[in-house]
Amino acid sequence: MALKALDIFKLLPKTNCKKCGCPTCLAFAMKLAQKQTSLDQCPDVSEVSKVELAGAAAPPIRLVTIGAGPGKLEIGNETVLFRHEESFYHTPGIGVMVSDALDGEALKARIEAIRKLKFVRVGLSMQVNVVAVVNASGQAAPFAKAVQAAGTLDLPMVLMSSQAAHLNTVLAACADKKPLIHAATDATVDAFIALAKTHNCPLAVTAPDLDKLAPLVEKARAAGIQDIVLDVTCPRVPDTLQALTAIRRLALKKNMRVLGYPCLVANSTVDPLLNVAECGMFVAKYAGIVLTELDQPEQLLPLLTIGQNLYTDPRKPIQVEAKLNAIGAVTPDSPLMITTNFSLTYYTVAGEVEASRVPAYIGVLDTEGTSVLTAFASDKLTSEKIAAFLNSDEVKSKVSHRKVIIPGYIAVMSGSLKEDSGWTVLVGPREASGISKFLKTTWTNT
Amino acid sequence: MSILDDAKEKWTGTINEVTIGATKQDGGTRTSVVTVGGAGALPFMNFEGPTPRAPVVAMEIWDREPDDWAQPLVDAFGPVLKSPADWARKCVEEFGAEMLCLKLAGTHPDFGDATPAQAAEVVKAVLKAVGVPLIVWGCDHDEKDNEVLPRCSQAAAGERCLLGAVKEDNYKTLVASCLADGHTILGLSPIDINIAKQINILVSEMGLPLNRIVMYPTTGALGYGIEYAHSIQERGRLAALSGDKIMSLPVLCMVGSEAWRTKEAKASQQENPAWGDEKTRGIYWEIGTASTLLQAGSDILVMRHPAAVSAIRKTISELMVK
Ligand code: SF4
Repeated sequence: MALKALDIFKLLPKTNCKKCGCPTCLAFAMKLAQKQTSLDQCPDVSEVSKVELAGAAAPPIRLVTIGAGPGKLEIGNETVLFRHEESFYHTPGIGVMVSDALDGEALKARIEAIRKLKFVRVGLSMQVNVVAVVNASGQAAPFAKAVQAAGTLDLPMVLMSSQAAHLNTVLAACADKKPLIHAATDATVDAFIALAKTHNCPLAVTAPDLDKLAPLVEKARAAGIQDIVLDVTCPRVPDTLQALTAIRRLALKKNMRVLGYPCLVANSTVDPLLNVAECGMFVAKYAGIVLTELDQPEQLLPLLTIGQNLYTDPRKPIQVEAKLNAIGAVTPDSPLMITTNFSLTYYTVAGEVEASRVPAYIGVLDTEGTSVLTAFASDKLTSEKIAAFLNSDEVKSKVSHRKVIIPGYIAVMSGSLKEDSGWTVLVGPREASGISKFLKTTWTNT
Repeated sequence: MSILDDAKEKWTGTINEVTIGATKQDGGTRTSVVTVGGAGALPFMNFEGPTPRAPVVAMEIWDREPDDWAQPLVDAFGPVLKSPADWARKCVEEFGAEMLCLKLAGTHPDFGDATPAQAAEVVKAVLKAVGVPLIVWGCDHDEKDNEVLPRCSQAAAGERCLLGAVKEDNYKTLVASCLADGHTILGLSPIDINIAKQINILVSEMGLPLNRIVMYPTTGALGYGIEYAHSIQERGRLAALSGDKIMSLPVLCMVGSEAWRTKEAKASQQENPAWGDEKTRGIYWEIGTASTLLQAGSDILVMRHPAAVSAIRKTISELMVK
């Protein structure tokens, strides 16, 4: 939360010595509040004030990094409770828990199943982006073995054990990969703080409720631990969801520093259908990391998609490049369809063309990321624009016929487009779901 | 004082309660009714206010056999898809449905063009077959709906069905029927709060009180615009809880039909090996869509696959435990 000029002023030396280039300390405070200068311009500010000001300027929810290198996971630093107020920024980590109680072959199978959880949909690739190793055996050796096996996935890791000693052993080998140490409890907090400090890794903290959680976090903060994750998993799902909402609210609206960290939920519900429903709600409502026991693609794909969808910036429609796209093994005789550059529209059309197995061209027009109807209503998809595209070199060099398929929603444009372009205009279906039938029947018959 | 108390938001509004279905006592023949709404806080945030009524899942049935449903759906219902009454019975008796949504898909001019009289017969047959309350949904063809739905309204007079959907530019005929036959109405507004308000005002000005209207802000499936639906539902719910009476109406979403239209639900394993088992993928997709919307504030979820319905009903009862 931004500090007001007066709050900053109170922390300055109040000598009006002008060394910062401002006539008075108050003037400097006002500039600082507007982020037009930086605190180090004042040589006389006390260390205590520096710490306080730096803390106050920090985001209300800390950005925490798990893992190292290009695949690292950044969570937190969210600024709103509802995405329409601005946007959600850091898509949650979604990962699978691996128990060290699995024996050799089962462990291998589990790791290989996780390795396959990579998807491409609507042109974007996404994957399970964190893996957790659970010290279910309670022993040191199996834990180390499982951590090593999970390490081959090259994903950010969560190391889950109640035994500081077991964690200490594995961290000696992998601390440079910055795994999340999970989790300090009331009984183990001192040992876990020591672990996080020694290995310089982020630390998860957990307690049965928020009142018990806050003092533990305070303790870790006081010990100098900065990268903290709050595990808010409760035995009952509604309690977990309430904790997630309460933490987000308190951090953002009450500036409660002690809860200003991303949250983690580990879901062990056995029924896979129920597990997916629950994880979906955690992703929708503020969790920074959601861990599940499930490892099948059809179970993880919807969860990753919820994150992908809700963390898109509502202020910017996602656009694809405006150009002529070929789907399948096209020839100069392949059909040419027109659509807009709103990604959802394009990928829906492209998906249907793909499914129809009729090779086709899709001409994408720049409509500033609006759908067909909106683009048409706001003059961003006009007959002149389509005509110019049809007669461009790009199209001429690839398409030998002169028959264009336009979306059913702009059927009224047929006449003017024919006039403007000289092309024969075929009116396609209104909804993308009709494309396959259209290409197989109407198009074939022309 | 607990930290949770500190996180409490003070809401001034409450969602209207709307009852669908009428028992003998109230002039109908339903053996059970459904009441939705009543929330005075964000969904399932029991620490700050009540969610007194659990959201309800309505199972979607059709007046004719669907010809493009994905195989897992067809397999889940089997031969009853040919008979709306049998289909309804299976939903209630076997899958425990609390409410049904009868879609009159077969009345669409391009999809069977069933007559208003035929549609009314189907409504009667379904009402006779089961005792749960009924949503009666047209074919989304304005002219045809205006012929069909009044006949269905009459055929179900006194049953307090939820009829829909009316739009900003097509509501008078159906609202008049609702008033005459004692039903409730569903107002469709395409992801737009102002249009939603406008419909609520227009309908209530004709004399149908706000506690007989349910809003349908349109639904996008997971992966296909769910973020728009999610945000519009959240915005609407926040407005209502902040005291906007015109927005304080329960919300319905079409989870099943949207989720099962997607490639993720339909594509074969061969087509997309990385996407996993085609027999359950659609079910998970429907569940993912429902759970996201449940958190945005949904009162009625219309769903298709019995396994998805069951999972979401279990989730709801889990969330309702105080
Ligand atoms: S340099 Fe520091 S003490 Fe001097 S006027 Fe500026 S703010 Fe005040």
